[in-house]
Amino acid sequence: MRRRLSVPWFILLPAGLVLLWHAAVTEHWVTEGIIPAPAQVLKSWHTWIFGSGATMLSPYSGTWLDNVAYSGQRVLQGFALAALAAIPLGLMIGWNRLAARLIDPTVQLLRPVPITAWLPFAIAVFGIYDASALFLIGLGAFYPIVVNTTHGVRDTNLLLLRAARMMGAGPGTVLAKVVFPSALPSIFTGLRLGVGVAWTAVIVAEMIAVKSGLGYVLWDAYYVGRMDICVATMFSVGLLGFVSDRVIVWASRLLLRWRTLEAHV
Amino acid sequence: MIEIAGVWKEFAKGERRVLALQDIDLQVAPQEFAAILGPSGCGKSTLLNMVAGFDHPTRGTVRAGGEAILEPSPKRAVVFQEPALFPWYSVMENVVFGPKTQGQPAAEYRARAAQIIEQVGLKGFEASYPAELSGGMRQRVGIARVLIMQPEILLMDEPFGSLDAQTRSLMQELLLQVWERHHQTVLFVTHDIEEALLLADRVCVMTARPGRIKKSIQVRIPRPRAIEVTTSPEFNDLRREVLALIREESQRAATEAA
Repeated sequence: MRRRLSVPWFILLPAGLVLLWHAAVTEHWVTEGIIPAPAQVLKSWHTWIFGSGATMLSPYSGTWLDNVAYSGQRVLQGFALAALAAIPLGLMIGWNRLAARLIDPTVQLLRPVPITAWLPFAIAVFGIYDASALFLIGLGAFYPIVVNTTHGVRDTNLLLLRAARMMGAGPGTVLAKVVFPSALPSIFTGLRLGVGVAWTAVIVAEMIAVKSGLGYVLWDAYYVGRMDICVATMFSVGLLGFVSDRVIVWASRLLLRWRTLEAHV
Repeated sequence: MIEIAGVWKEFAKGERRVLALQDIDLQVAPQEFAAILGPSGCGKSTLLNMVAGFDHPTRGTVRAGGEAILEPSPKRAVVFQEPALFPWYSVMENVVFGPKTQGQPAAEYRARAAQIIEQVGLKGFEASYPAELSGGMRQRVGIARVLIMQPEILLMDEPFGSLDAQTRSLMQELLLQVWERHHQTVLFVTHDIEEALLLADRVCVMTARPGRIKKSIQVRIPRPRAIEVTTSPEFNDLRREVLALIREESQRAATEAA
């Protein structure tokens, strides 16, 4: 097959959008002073990352990495908690009819409550601490993981279950050696969706329930009229969300090698 | 020894109840190769599933080795129409799944696995995954993983039904070789007349739904058999007899459906 990847087409649309943005600011299509130009955002972002430290005049200088660490850690912890609870629970709901009857209706009833609606509750119960943020992130990431795990378990091929039982496998072996690997692709879909929700939740939580992290900076910068920092924060969150998604995809490729073989045959 | 006595099977289909099997009596002697032949939808797979322990009769009893069948067991190994291999395991891991699950010593079953893999013609593919194999090779794995368990009873549910004609006849010869060597008790479900006559000692022809045993025909073609016997006059006579029985049932099923 001929390679024709010489033109990086994917760059065209983002480049065009940035140009449009630049023109909108310099040509005064938008009200002056509200939207910063791309160059201004880039410059502020640079100072935010590499600045020599926060002062009265530039309170954001050099604080980017700390805030990324705060938010990243919360996402990691909340997401891990969610996965640890949701995967076993999803396996139970999908596998056991009694567990499904006991747990699934409650999950489905609570799931439509948006995590933003949980905010006052979380603050009232956990206060303006990390626990509030972890609760919201964990809860947000929990639903897609539990739903997809359940779905994956229920999708297990009946013949594979019969084959395993015919070869002497008891319920534990069937669950570990057949149901779990069979549900794994679906579980990874849940994890990908879950990590996306986790980043949404961390920003919401930090805007209101805690006083650090990218969400806090976003809201704080908005209040003091630093739209350049707001936009830089948006890009930062987007980038981190993208990276965490790629990490999960990479892990799934590693664990689901048999599946990539199937796709190519 | 498989003993099926007075077995009825009813399925609930929404509001309706469908009678799948009606008063089946069938005995398969130790070391006998019995084929069940019938039009599609006659309940032959349901019958096999009950011997496997995947399903239970509405009425009547199914026994193997004198014991009532309550659940699946490695003593009654099943080869399915779809190979039903674990796609996340390599050929070797699929083949040793049974003995490994049953907690047999690895040293012993590894050696046996190597031997069986060679016997079914998969040497060199031990590390391959099912997705990398052809349909025929996958079914070879499906056969190898039950042979390694050294079952007394072999249950085969149209195992070569989804293979192309050439591969199918190769697999039939492979099965004949395997059976000549071990003489398991075999219950083989198929809708292919030639396949049933080539492989089995006895062919039980079933009626259209509700399935009953219409006639049981002894196949007295000497063993060891090879694919060539399918052209003998003796074979042709049997084929004509069975074909007439099957056509009756297919026509009945078609007119009843219309």
